[in-house]
Amino acid sequence: MFDDVLVDIRDLHFKFDERPVLEGINMKIPRGKVVAIMGGSGCGKTTLLRCIGGQLRPTAGSVRLEHHQVCKMSHDELYRLRRKMGMLFQFGALFTDMSVFDNVAFPIREHTDMSEAMIRDLVLMKLEAVGLRGASALMPGELSGGMARRVALARAVALDPMLVMYDEPFTGLDPIALGVIGQLIRKLNDALGATSIMVTHDIQESLLIVDYIYFVSQGKIVAEGTPDEIRASNDPFVHQFVHAAPDGPVHFDYPAPSVQQDFMREAARA
Amino acid sequence: MLNPVNWAKKIGHATVDRIWRLGFAARFFFAILIYSGTSFRRLHLTIREIFFSGVLSLLIILVSGLFVGLVLGLQGYETLQRYGSTEALGTLVALSLTRELGPVLAALLFASRAGSSVTAEIGLMKATEQIKAMDMMAVNPIARVVAPRFWGGVIAMPFLAAMFSAMGIFGGWLIGVVFIGVDDGAFWSQMQASVDFRYDIWNGVIKSFVFGVAVSLIAVFEGYDSAPTAEGVSRAITRTVVTSALTILALDFVLTSFMFRGTS
Repeated sequence: MFDDVLVDIRDLHFKFDERPVLEGINMKIPRGKVVAIMGGSGCGKTTLLRCIGGQLRPTAGSVRLEHHQVCKMSHDELYRLRRKMGMLFQFGALFTDMSVFDNVAFPIREHTDMSEAMIRDLVLMKLEAVGLRGASALMPGELSGGMARRVALARAVALDPMLVMYDEPFTGLDPIALGVIGQLIRKLNDALGATSIMVTHDIQESLLIVDYIYFVSQGKIVAEGTPDEIRASNDPFVHQFVHAAPDGPVHFDYPAPSVQQDFMREAARA
Repeated sequence: MLNPVNWAKKIGHATVDRIWRLGFAARFFFAILIYSGTSFRRLHLTIREIFFSGVLSLLIILVSGLFVGLVLGLQGYETLQRYGSTEALGTLVALSLTRELGPVLAALLFASRAGSSVTAEIGLMKATEQIKAMDMMAVNPIARVVAPRFWGGVIAMPFLAAMFSAMGIFGGWLIGVVFIGVDDGAFWSQMQASVDFRYDIWNGVIKSFVFGVAVSLIAVFEGYDSAPTAEGVSRAITRTVVTSALTILALDFVLTSFMFRGTS
């Protein structure tokens, strides 16, 4: 299906305590593309992202990144691999005791021996790319949600990673900030020659910027395709998701006995 | 109705949980020691924490030391007066402070002021995914966040205890010599003659160092182990203060029984 695969996930299972979260995920992420993993809240998207980053060890199955088997790597090997990865957390996860400049400079200072003058140039370039060069002296507490997300994006790409992972990058943003972040993800991916995996449930924005979409539900992949294929899909799950229908394969109501049964039980108790 | 089997199960689970947590704390302590290289190679990280834990605790330590010294001076004078030995006031104040009150009270204050703040900081870093972000950037959070805070506390604690004792002695002198009229020369000379560097001052320093290790370890551990929610962080802060206070008092008894056994 894809010529050059950067991340290859095979039969991935993950259990939290005894509760299965991922149940046999098979997924290929092509190099240089932006891929979205979509699904409702609690379907296992973020868990999948953490398995790719090596923060969680799956119960079974494998995650191959380039020629590395992520699940079998030692702590030191994982850290060496993570230097080639960037991650944008849901709310940015900026270090609150550091300025915007120091936040972006953090991975560079930690992993390189560059002079402060070079670090300064590099950080200002990254901040310029997200339109926040003028905000370099601000503290995270002085930023809006959208600005914080852009700073976190600049920090995630500070070391020009080969793989950038985005955990719900659009959550809590106004439509303008959402569009800006979406375009930045696409532009930075293409400019850096990186590969991006984006976990999100914002279907409309994702259809505009991604190359391929996987739909996850109850720990399994239920649909996949390019944005055009997704728009044209007759799959009931995809249809419900794209049109934000309250009912369909994903139920609005949490499983419960019938209302009548519940009321009768209450009456019997009284 | 009480079911004895259920109670036995609950007690068993709680005991296993406590032991497991103790084991986790021990592993955490070894991890801090193993990853302490960064704290000393990049000394500015530790110096920053010495500033936050030590220098910013100075005010409460000095003021408390002064008041404890004032009270010791008053109480000591009243008791010594009954035996006609008010000149020994300097000895009483100095020995009480260097052997016991200095290290113990300074450690209790340190746990409330700096320990709770370290727990809150690390707990909130965890709750806002900063720790996870650091880990994803291939930066070990134990080396970068925990170890400098641990060593900052360990280094600051003996200095704070020494300053507490010095301020307390000044308070004792102020109330005894300046306000009550105990002879100035007798106050200082008796103190000089009675306070032994090895048995009194050095043992006090060792105590404050041990308390520093205990409080700092509890503070960083509780922060790192806290549930990543507002309630989790609040509970962790409470546990830091309570556990630190009990640990300080228990350790004080153990150390005192070893240090001062058989000495006059």
